Amino acid sequence: MVSQHSLRLKTIVLLAPIVLFASVGNVLLGKGMKEIGEVQSWSPSALGDWLARAFTNQWVWLGIASLLVFLLSFMVVLSWADYSFVAPVAAVSYGLAPLLSHWWLGEVVTPLRWIGVSIICIGVAMVSRTPARTTE
Amino acid sequence: MRTALCLFVVILGTTGGEVAVTHAMKQIGELHHFSPRSVLSFLARALREKWFWAGIGLLAIGFFSLLDLLSWADVSFAIPATALSFVAGGLGARLLLGEHLTPLRWAGIALVSLGVALVALG
Repeated sequence: MVSQHSLRLKTIVLLAPIVLFASVGNVLLGKGMKEIGEVQSWSPSALGDWLARAFTNQWVWLGIASLLVFLLSFMVVLSWADYSFVAPVAAVSYGLAPLLSHWWLGEVVTPLRWIGVSIICIGVAMVSRTPARTTE
Repeated sequence: MRTALCLFVVILGTTGGEVAVTHAMKQIGELHHFSPRSVLSFLARALREKWFWAGIGLLAIGFFSLLDLLSWADVSFAIPATALSFVAGGLGARLLLGEHLTPLRWAGIALVSLGVALVALG
């Protein structure tokens, strides 16, 4: 039987690629979608054209590749850990997303948003102190 | 209104998908060894789970809604705003997966949600 301590340690270690690839993937997708622009019309031909542009954009594909690595890591962690543990702790990526967006895409991140990111981090720290698995 | 509706679909698809994938992974069992063969075998078993595919379907709905949302909203608004799914995820984990959410875990989830609200307002 694996102790709660080693279970938590194993979970936290695998959360690193989850956080990294989720953040990078979302920012890459954001960069790609900004290049493509928003959907102008919901007609089948316009939607098909929009999807064709999305799937020929290199940033969209890099974003999808990052999110696939994220999904595999996520699946492995969930084979032993609680979803209600993994999902909030992985929310560290919500702090990374504004940071990466600010540096890379030049988006403005206000002080209030930074306070929000800090509170998210406190919440994540609290959840990470609970047992990683509560089911058999 | 369009943003709110799109955000709702993103949250519902993402949370429902992740809960379904979690259920599938629990059916498969814990991955103990991280050799390429073990990981591939784990992946093969996952691909034979119907709950996994149900989860992927819901995640795909959430993903395409997110793509649409990201085409007009700031990433630093859109991505943190989707963190509202933590509350839905907590409820799903408790009611559908039978996880035991301690007061500390709920408090942490509440703080994450508060942080998200501030990020969205900022």
